[in-house]
Order: sequence, then structure tokens, then C-alpha cells
Amino acid sequence: MFASSSLMALFKRDLLIAFRNRGELLNPLMFFLMVASLFPLAVTPDPKFLGLIAPGIIWVGALLATLLSLDLMFKSDYDDGSLEQIILQPQPTLLFVLVKTLLHWLMAGLPLTLMAPLLGVMLALPEGGYVPLVLSLLLGTPTLSLLGSIGAGLTVGLKKGGMLMPLLILPLYIPVLIFAASSVQAGIDGNAYTGHLAFLGAYLALMLVLAPVASAAALKISIAR
Amino acid sequence: MSHLDKQKADNALPSLLSGQDLYCERDDRVLFDGLSFDWHKGQIVRISGANGSGKSTLIRILLGLSASYEGQLFFSGRPMKHATYDFRNALLYLGHQVGIKTSLSPEENLNWLCPQANRSEVYQALEKVGLKGFEDVLASGLSAGQQRRVALARLYLEDKTIWILDEPFTAIDKDGVAQLEQRIIEHAQAGGLVILTTHHQLAVDVEEVALGEFTSSVHATKHHETGEAQ
Repeated sequence: MFASSSLMALFKRDLLIAFRNRGELLNPLMFFLMVASLFPLAVTPDPKFLGLIAPGIIWVGALLATLLSLDLMFKSDYDDGSLEQIILQPQPTLLFVLVKTLLHWLMAGLPLTLMAPLLGVMLALPEGGYVPLVLSLLLGTPTLSLLGSIGAGLTVGLKKGGMLMPLLILPLYIPVLIFAASSVQAGIDGNAYTGHLAFLGAYLALMLVLAPVASAAALKISIAR
Repeated sequence: MSHLDKQKADNALPSLLSGQDLYCERDDRVLFDGLSFDWHKGQIVRISGANGSGKSTLIRILLGLSASYEGQLFFSGRPMKHATYDFRNALLYLGHQVGIKTSLSPEENLNWLCPQANRSEVYQALEKVGLKGFEDVLASGLSAGQQRRVALARLYLEDKTIWILDEPFTAIDKDGVAQLEQRIIEHAQAGGLVILTTHHQLAVDVEEVALGEFTSSVHATKHHETGEAQ
């Protein structure tokens, strides 16, 4: 009972902090929007050509936007000592990591998923692509948050961890990117895309089990200095 | 009630927190060697030493946040490895950084630090640390001392046996120091164990652990020879 109450308290606290600093929440969304709106200007406004590259652009944009927002996952908790308090809770740290990951997804992955169809319109995404786009984002972005929590946990104590984190976790992001973008392409071509989505779901299930364990261990290493 | 029962049961045990032959070095400098201690309920332990003598390092080792040491730690007679859950359940720790979020009010901060406390308890605790009327002010608008006082309110809210306080008197004014000292003494008298680092001289007898002499001089240690290890 106490375990759930301290997890709940952390969840409520972070939601409240996010609400107080609403501006920060817009950063990944703005980045996502900028990527999608600059491509037609830089490449070509031709809808046919844009429709061809739209799945890739949207997914790369979503992936990079998530990557940018990962830095903040544990940073403020590390700086003000909350992280020590969290690790010193009797409950396993991985439960708290799961809460933080869920919050990260709610604040980055979910808004990106909801905004993606709009960007699809801007990039002239063919009609068949919308459903797999939203579904692949819905299954893929939680995986990005989970994998990202490992990188964020490992680099939270470093002053110059900026470049290290993408190097650490981008390789793990690649399967998500490949299967997600190709599921959208399959949808556009009128082919079945459930296979791609099944892979994304399997990857999500695997990471849901493994990533919090790795991330909790990474945080303990970071805090041990 | 159950807390009192537990306390009675624990009193039968040899010691609440003990260490054997602790050794730690940092950057090729030995911070302590052959450090042993036996701390019981009702004790106040003051870890003293010059800056850089390893006070905070010892605290982090006790907490289990740092594993760069040799030797063994015991909680109620059990090796710390097997007693981490119980130890953390009984632990209240305040460090240099106290985990106060500046974009939250003192009340909201305490709501997450002590989720089991209800609203009136939080208000009472804040009143006791001199923050009456500041309950709804964002912590970013409070001074450094006031922010620390928010964290100190936990000492009135939580029912934990072991307090580990790293420099608790930092940034606290004279009245606050006296009050905090009083609270620490009360806790020890009620059967708690307080471990703190501070340069402040407390008004009561405390167990002294002096670091920085390369070897330790721990008065409580009777069975263990210190000083030979080097």
C-alpha cells in the first residue's frame, strides 16, 4: 500500500511540475513541427515526391524529438537530490523508473503521436498511411522512452553527456525506426502492416521488462560517483 | 503501537547499525582504515573531521549509495546486503541536496516526500519549522534556509528510527539550530538513532567519530583494536 502511495506521489509531483513548466513540454513538439515544415521548403513542394518520403521524415522527426527530451528525464532530480531520495526508498528503484518513463512518454511520445497525422497532411502523406502511422507511433514511442531511460540514467551524472547518450541508444532505436517507417510504407502501398506492428509490440514488451532494470542499475552507478 | 512493539523487540538485539573494519580510499588517499562501530537506539553519533576527511563519503557508504569500500555493515545484526529493505524502511536521510523542487510549494514538496502524511500534519510540521504562512509559496521564492527548513519538516512528519543527516545545520539561523538540536535530542530519547555530520557542538553527549587522523578513534569500539591497521 505504501509502495503504491509513494509511486503515486512521484507521479503526481512530476505532473504538477510539468504543468508549472508548460513551456518545456512544447520543445519536442516544436522541433517535430519544424522538421516537417522545413522539408517541403528545402526539397520540393511536389505532393507526389513528399508523399514518398513522408513516413521517413515523420518517424525520424519523432525519434529525434524524443531524443532531445530525454536529457531532462532524471536531470533535475539528480541536481536537487530527489534522485537520492528515490533510490533510498525501500521499494525497488525500477518501479520509480517505470513511473518516470511513463511520465516521459505522456509528455513527449503521446503528444507526438497525436500531432503526427497533422504533419502527415502537411507532407501529403497518402491516405493509407495514417492508420499505420498512428499505430506505429503508439507502439514505438513507448519503446523509445524505455530505451532512452537507460541512456538518460547512464549519462545523468556527466557534465558533458550530450553527445554520449545518442551514441549509446541510437543503435537500439534503429529497429523501431525501420519497422515503424516500413509499416507506414506498407499501409500506403495497400499491403498488410500487422507484421511490422507485431514486431514493434514485441520489442515494446521486451523493453518494458528489461529497460527499467537496466535504467535503475544505471542510476545507481551514476549516483555512486 | 506497532512501532513501539518493534522497538522493544529491536532493543534485545546487539546494535542497530554497526560496521566492521571499514576501509575506504579515494584518489590514492586513505580516508579511513579499520573503522568499526556499534551504534544503538537512543544514540546520537557525530561524525567529525576536517573538510575532505571523508565525512560525506562515510555517510554515502552507510546509506549504501557508494560501494567503494571494504569491510562489513550490519543492520540489527544482519549483513546489510540482506537487510536493505528493512534498513531503508527505517531510514530518513537528508543530504547536502535535500530534494526540494523549486517549482512546487512547501506543501506540495512534502506531499511527495512524505506521501503518508495528511494535510493537517503537513501544516503542523511546516509551522514547527517556522514556515507558517509559506505553505503555498513556490519554493523558488523561498530563501536557501527556508528551503532547507521545508526538508527539515520531514523530521516532524515521518516515523523512522534512523536519521542520517549530512550537515543539517547548514543555512539555518540561530533559533532554527536550537530547535533542530532539540528535535534531534528528542528523537534519540524516544529510541531513535541519529547520525550526523556537523561542525556545530551539540549540547548533549554524543558519540564521536573523528575522521581524518588516518586511523579512527571510535570510543564505542571496545573489542576492536584500531590504529594497528596502518
